Amino acid sequence: MMWNETMESMPLEELRKIQRIRLQKTVEKVYLNTPFYRKKLQEMGLEPGDIQSIDDIVKLPFTTKQDLRDNYPFDLFASPMSEIVRLHASSGTTGRPTVVGYSRKDLSIWSEAAARCITAYGGTKDDIFQVSYGYGLFTGGLGVHGGVEKIGGTVIPMSSGNTDKQIMLMRDFGATAIACTPSYALFLGEAIRDMNIPREQLRLRFGAFGAEPWTESMRKEIEDKLGIKAYDIYGLSEIIGPGVSYECECQNGSHINEDHFFPEILNPETLKPVKPGEQGELVFTTITKEGMPLLRYRTKDLCSLIYEKCDCGRTFTRMTRITGRSDDMLIIRGVNVFPSQVESVILEMAEFEPHYLLIVDRMNNLDTLQIQVETRPEYFSDEINKMLILKKKISHRLQSVLGISADVKLMEPRSLERSTGKAKRVIDNRKLD
Amino acid sequence: MTIKQLSIFLENRSGRLAEVASVLGEAGINMTAFSIAENTDFGILRLIVSDPDKAMQILKEKHFGVNLSSVLCLRCPNVPGALSKALEIIKDNDMTIEYMYAFACGESANVIIRPDKLEECIKVLQAHKLELLAASDLYQL
Repeated sequence: MMWNETMESMPLEELRKIQRIRLQKTVEKVYLNTPFYRKKLQEMGLEPGDIQSIDDIVKLPFTTKQDLRDNYPFDLFASPMSEIVRLHASSGTTGRPTVVGYSRKDLSIWSEAAARCITAYGGTKDDIFQVSYGYGLFTGGLGVHGGVEKIGGTVIPMSSGNTDKQIMLMRDFGATAIACTPSYALFLGEAIRDMNIPREQLRLRFGAFGAEPWTESMRKEIEDKLGIKAYDIYGLSEIIGPGVSYECECQNGSHINEDHFFPEILNPETLKPVKPGEQGELVFTTITKEGMPLLRYRTKDLCSLIYEKCDCGRTFTRMTRITGRSDDMLIIRGVNVFPSQVESVILEMAEFEPHYLLIVDRMNNLDTLQIQVETRPEYFSDEINKMLILKKKISHRLQSVLGISADVKLMEPRSLERSTGKAKRVIDNRKLD
Repeated sequence: MTIKQLSIFLENRSGRLAEVASVLGEAGINMTAFSIAENTDFGILRLIVSDPDKAMQILKEKHFGVNLSSVLCLRCPNVPGALSKALEIIKDNDMTIEYMYAFACGESANVIIRPDKLEECIKVLQAHKLELLAASDLYQL
């Protein structure tokens, strides 16, 4: 099933033409309205008129997460605030999240994109959709929410956490679909079993899972444990949120809504396009957004693109599963975490040495994060309470910066490895294959 | 009448306590009394030793998380009810005890006490004619 068959199965020639027109408009828009891009384009000797075909996209400048931070909060917006109807933000280094502004039209593009995803998973207006992604500044909850409403389904705006209640409402409201992180889906599966709820009492048919990398074996496990079909949904707030790409019934890559988000795969070192089908860094240009259009945004996600037509009939390019990152970002319980965020917290607290180690693991299908820190000798106390207060202080600070809770472990002096070269700051014990 | 006490931060890691004991033993430092306070992921070893300054220096060199703090040592007869008198006095003078530990030595019992107000507590206990051990006495026990 397709939500928008005209677009989703449009002959490539026509699609490329639409993309070209939309790209030209976008470049013109940012040239006129975003000083950041105007300056960049002028420095490169480019004018909007230089974009003659979609292939000319390679001439355009890149955008990075750092550019978003440098232009915090609103300097990358291409529309006046009077046209911005919603703000989202993702966690960032101390005090500087990355902010995204949406115009009314952007929100409608987003719900259209999400509606295509849900329809591809077999969702219809008869479905009751439990949205167990977090609601709030995070785009997960509201993104899927908009898609379900668009197709006329029923939304249970559950948000994340509170597992017992999740399961109770899933049963009592007769939820037929769910959206959450794949690891939370596994956790729910086990919780349902622990609560001895017979499968017949649940009407769940399928789920949309994303916001963190997952694998084919996790898919099988989710499908077994919950007795549903599990589909991938991909997105990132900088581009729009969940709904950038989606799996169809063939489950052989995720179709990119490329009439809105144009994908490229580049060699992360040279930043030149790779040969078709080769792996590299995924880069997106938003070609219809008004609030905050981005040119060639470097996602740092590694994958490859499949250009061949899919058996489902869609012509949209597919992306393979994300196999890794070209930077040191970790995704923990669906939240983006950079080791540098931990460093920034430790550096501003006199009680700790500038050494730390993040240990990421997955226990009972939930990501765990332990952060080991060394207390400076003069701050060791003879009283347990004072040490616990110190631990609580850094835990709170870390939670407010990272957006997730971590288990802080106070370490003895010199117990963390000192290295002369690049220090090992992360041990990720999660198995993703 | 204040006594120097070492406190050593220990991760919950097997053999760590043995290392402290061996470092001190090799340096010829005797342990008079100690106690351990622990929670789920770390412990604090509190130690009275024959030469606290030297012990502190050696442990620091070995990268232990070690500090010196001040406590008092009360000597009371090793008979029922002896401790309660001292505790009543501390309570009546509106002081609290952060922690304490005891060790018996022949006819008398010694109690290491860490009150919230150390100097004041020493004065009050001495005013009530309770026997406190001087550092020089205690380190040689």
